[in-house]
Amino acid sequence: MTLVLEAAVLGVLTGGVYALMASGLTLIFGVMRIINVGHGALVVLGAYLSFAASRSLGLDPFATLVITMPVMFLLGVLLQTVFIRPLKTDREALSVLVTYAIALGIEGLLGYFFTANYRQLHAWYDTASFPVGDFRVTYVYLFGFVLCLAILGAMFLFLYRTTFGASIRATMLNRTAAQLIGIDVDRVAAVAFGIGMATAAAGGVVFGITNAFNPGSHYDLISRLLTIIVLGGLGSLRGAVIAALIMLVSEDITSVVISPVWASFTFFVILIAVLIVRPQGLYGVRVRERL
Amino acid sequence: MSALLRQSRVLKLGGIIAVFAVALALPAISPDPATTNIAVFTMMYVGLATAWNIMGGYTGYISLGHAGFFGFGSYTLGLLLAHLGVAAGYTPFLLVPVAGLGTAVLAVAIGWFALRTRAATFVIVTIAFMFMLQLLAENLVGLTGGGGGLSFPVPPWGGDYFNTPYYYAMLALATLALAVSWRIRRSKFGLGLLAIRDDEDKALAVGVPTRAFKLTAFVVSAALVGMIGAVYGYYVTYIYPQFVIDPLIGISMVLMVFLGGLGTLSGPVLGALILEPTQLWLAYNFGATRLYLVLYAGVFLGVILLLPRGIVPSVMELIERRRARAGPSASTPAKVAAR
Repeated sequence: MTLVLEAAVLGVLTGGVYALMASGLTLIFGVMRIINVGHGALVVLGAYLSFAASRSLGLDPFATLVITMPVMFLLGVLLQTVFIRPLKTDREALSVLVTYAIALGIEGLLGYFFTANYRQLHAWYDTASFPVGDFRVTYVYLFGFVLCLAILGAMFLFLYRTTFGASIRATMLNRTAAQLIGIDVDRVAAVAFGIGMATAAAGGVVFGITNAFNPGSHYDLISRLLTIIVLGGLGSLRGAVIAALIMLVSEDITSVVISPVWASFTFFVILIAVLIVRPQGLYGVRVRERL
Repeated sequence: MSALLRQSRVLKLGGIIAVFAVALALPAISPDPATTNIAVFTMMYVGLATAWNIMGGYTGYISLGHAGFFGFGSYTLGLLLAHLGVAAGYTPFLLVPVAGLGTAVLAVAIGWFALRTRAATFVIVTIAFMFMLQLLAENLVGLTGGGGGLSFPVPPWGGDYFNTPYYYAMLALATLALAVSWRIRRSKFGLGLLAIRDDEDKALAVGVPTRAFKLTAFVVSAALVGMIGAVYGYYVTYIYPQFVIDPLIGISMVLMVFLGGLGTLSGPVLGALILEPTQLWLAYNFGATRLYLVLYAGVFLGVILLLPRGIVPSVMELIERRRARAGPSASTPAKVAAR
């Protein structure tokens, strides 16, 4: 029982991290109607940037976010402008290929500069733990959770309390209508992609401390993140957060009850259940148009 | 029937026969293993891209998970050979259709779930199913050998001849895929698929059984890919989950179709003939470093940003515009012949 409880707590804590990463992904989808298959690679890139920054500048991994988040934001704006914006026809399909190419490019560059060896970010809190009832929780999970919650909160405040946030939400609701009332949707899309990448940077740090990673790690990540946003409903931020928590808690519980090798399988079981019961996801809307 | 149309038909048929004759004679023309090895892989991708196009091109449902079917076909043949105790030789080739059948059954199950969704969600679901198959191949150690992989019997032939049987097997499957794709394209079923691509709800409204059509296209496409995967497994003689259920194989066939022209018959062939040798060349020259992936990504981005509609449609449009300028009477038969 304690084991299950421990797994549930751990699931909630890591679920917060996935909630942040998935929010970025679903935000990008919501604004641009594109699936960013490169999101996993961007998280891994974030982890490597933090790795390089913490090593060369001797910074604490979390502190490197001050550098990596703005860098990744700008990179996101650049990538969106150069590679996504030029797509005029058949955007939906072509953008999948473009973002896939971005993922391959990042994987290749990381492999070139950092080799395929596994790396991990280190700090005092990656092994130190504190007691919770009958078990102990490593500090990094708590810190990661708090950090991601804070960033997620900031993102929601930005989206719901600022004028620019309102134009992002307007674009998510109806791109054409947003354009008609004078919103610069291209700028909104670039900023949204930037925000998505900044969240990937933050997620990358926590991912990099809690997991050993190499340039190929993005495949595993992206299949999880994509499953999460399908469960939540594509383009729904609330859905992404809740789905991330559901997925990670079920995964961690499966890991202790059945076996760790079957943990990832929970994702697929839940996905199939979603497809049967509610193909549009928790907070998705069934649309008549081809979404 | 105008003379011009008849002439263009004869030219087209002649062209197809000539290309096919070259493909048949290739191992005799250039028997050295380095060339035939490239030929095996190129022919493999001709088949894969053509098969993928039956679903992705005709119905517009982009599957990024076809590598799952590729690997499943591969594993099916490998396990069949191991459990039936089939000796190496030509017999394994005869069992390739069984692998195709197995993959078809799997595709019915996956398609049944996946086709409850459309467009973006469908793309994601196919990716997820691919990784699910990869995980299953890894975890069902008793069946698949898990991460330790699965060995195929090593064929008794060797030397310059080693690649030849595989080449002809790949050629046969590519031809089969093309024949199926051509047949579908000219059938009422194919028309229904194109209607789904253009507007699924309207297609349903006018009486196209969209669900059955989509599932059929998906299963046909997957079964062909599974058979090709089976031959591939026998060719490389050793497979493991990440190697044979490789997302890169899945995305490569998609890219080839987009390069050649989505939904066209010759586009996937052209795309494969251009991209696979390029990919192999990059892998050969830069494979030691990960720079290979960066270059491939560059090719990738170049193709999509410069030729978003693919070679065949772009060229067709160019020809049509020329003809239209030359005289309105000539443009009509050209349009018919273009299809």
